[in-house]
Amino acid sequence: MNGDLHRVWRVGSDVDTDALAPGAWMQHGVDVIAQHCLEALRPDFAAGARPGDVLVAGRNFGIGSSREQAAAALRHLGIAAVVAPSYSGLFFRNAFNLGLLLLTCPGCDVIHEGEQIAFDARAGTVTRQHGQVLAAEPIPGFLLAMVEAGGLFSQLQHRFRTRTP
Amino acid sequence: MAMSLAQKLIARAAGREEVREGEIVTCKVDLAMFHDSSGPRRLQPMLEQLGAGIWNKDKVVLVMDHYVPERNDDARRIVRIAREWARDQHLPHVYDSQGICHVVVPQHGHIRPGMFCVGGDSHSPTGGAFGAYMFGVGSTEMLGVVTTGEIWVQVPRTIRMRWYGRLQAGVAAKDMMLAMIARFGMNGGAYQAVEFCGEAVRALPMHERMTLANMSAELGAQVGLIAPDEITREWLEAHGAPDVETRPWFSDQGSLQEEHRFEGGALAPQVAAPFSPANAGDAAQFAGVKIQAAYIGACTGAKLEDLRFAARVLRDRHVAAGVRLLVAPASHADRDTAAREGTLQVLQDAGAQLQPSACGICAGYGDGFAAHETVISSTARNFRGRMGPPGTQVYLASPYTVAASAVAGQIVDPREVLA
Repeated sequence: MNGDLHRVWRVGSDVDTDALAPGAWMQHGVDVIAQHCLEALRPDFAAGARPGDVLVAGRNFGIGSSREQAAAALRHLGIAAVVAPSYSGLFFRNAFNLGLLLLTCPGCDVIHEGEQIAFDARAGTVTRQHGQVLAAEPIPGFLLAMVEAGGLFSQLQHRFRTRTP
Repeated sequence: MAMSLAQKLIARAAGREEVREGEIVTCKVDLAMFHDSSGPRRLQPMLEQLGAGIWNKDKVVLVMDHYVPERNDDARRIVRIAREWARDQHLPHVYDSQGICHVVVPQHGHIRPGMFCVGGDSHSPTGGAFGAYMFGVGSTEMLGVVTTGEIWVQVPRTIRMRWYGRLQAGVAAKDMMLAMIARFGMNGGAYQAVEFCGEAVRALPMHERMTLANMSAELGAQVGLIAPDEITREWLEAHGAPDVETRPWFSDQGSLQEEHRFEGGALAPQVAAPFSPANAGDAAQFAGVKIQAAYIGACTGAKLEDLRFAARVLRDRHVAAGVRLLVAPASHADRDTAAREGTLQVLQDAGAQLQPSACGICAGYGDGFAAHETVISSTARNFRGRMGPPGTQVYLASPYTVAASAVAGQIVDPREVLA
């Protein structure tokens, strides 16, 4: 989307929705859930994440539940995008619905914790600080538009606001 | 064009003659199901903000199953929102504290072959057991469905799982699923359509077919389909959906992309070690692992048929000293039938503690097992920290294996007990 540099947080494969939005906190709003996001894997993440940071993960990111708080928590913490070789299909839908950009990047395992990367969702590229360019899979246009609008809710707001009574 | 069952179901919902793999189409939704956790508490404020209403209340089903019975003030608040909203909206189909949505909804005749359905829960593929295209969505996407009646879908390819032969005594659909998840991984379904077929699948009663479709979620498939047949028709006839049309809903010859074959008769009972359903292998590999608790619960593992499996093992036996066996029937209908036929008495005589018919410990919303405990469970997921603190070790298995292990005080192959 732009050439800004984003600081990387690294996690491994098979990060599940219970890790992103722990069940014990599910009775609360996303502001509380977000404080516990990934606490079992990365206790430093929720407190240390800064707006614009990106999460680079292993394969099968977001497996498990349909709880969209898993994606909402990352959005709440200001995560600009997740980069992973593959996602749970249900999490993939939820992320775009919540306005969280996911980049499917088969070669992202080379990216290190703490390095700075740039990405371009339309071009399908993830660029490392020293210039290495990794390919990301193309994203259907209507999903990119959804993320750019801030998620499905914003689109529905527009749709119902502009609807003639 | 030869079409798979998944393609036929999507084409009908999209109002098209045919659809091609990979195409993104908009479908009209026949049924939208949600529960107290994913539904009203999230939908109500968003609907108010939008100033929008529900597109068709007759196509909406609400089930209170996650936060019931209410354990604390937060649960009371969440369930109260659901009840008040259901009343304000005059929702015609509400099932409050009667069991788990994936079991209660078909048991009231809401899911029929050929339908296109969404559920606000990841185990929504359970509806595929009836030949319906049904998948889980998050709350915001559900908001889109309840306000517009539509949803997009990318036409999947079909991964066919063909099971030959016949399962041995003491082996169940749960074992088939754990074996498939171990082989293909938790995302092996790649959000495509899985279709279960072959004589071993055909021979399964409806509740066992539901277990296959249900755990398609753990395979990472969007849907898990079984072509409806006479068993489907008879079951639906008995559950408020008479005269369903099953004939159009099958995969055409020549439509299939990928097929995997399994020998049902060679399958041993399976156990999945912590912390993934994909960590499965023959139960014998885990023999001797001491357990302190055994859990027969959830939409995956506590339907009437699951309770009967457990009773077959527990008849005239007793749970080992130092082990607690908890049984949470998946629905009141299942619990009541189990009570009438004597199944429940067998479980209780063996020392089982009966729990409410709700998502309970499986949902991981509190009141789980202790950190030092090792548990064997008939549920679907054993992620770290889901059913207790991060230290709790949960092994997944069929109701046969859970019951047999409860008797032995350690993990055993149930065929040894049944023999």
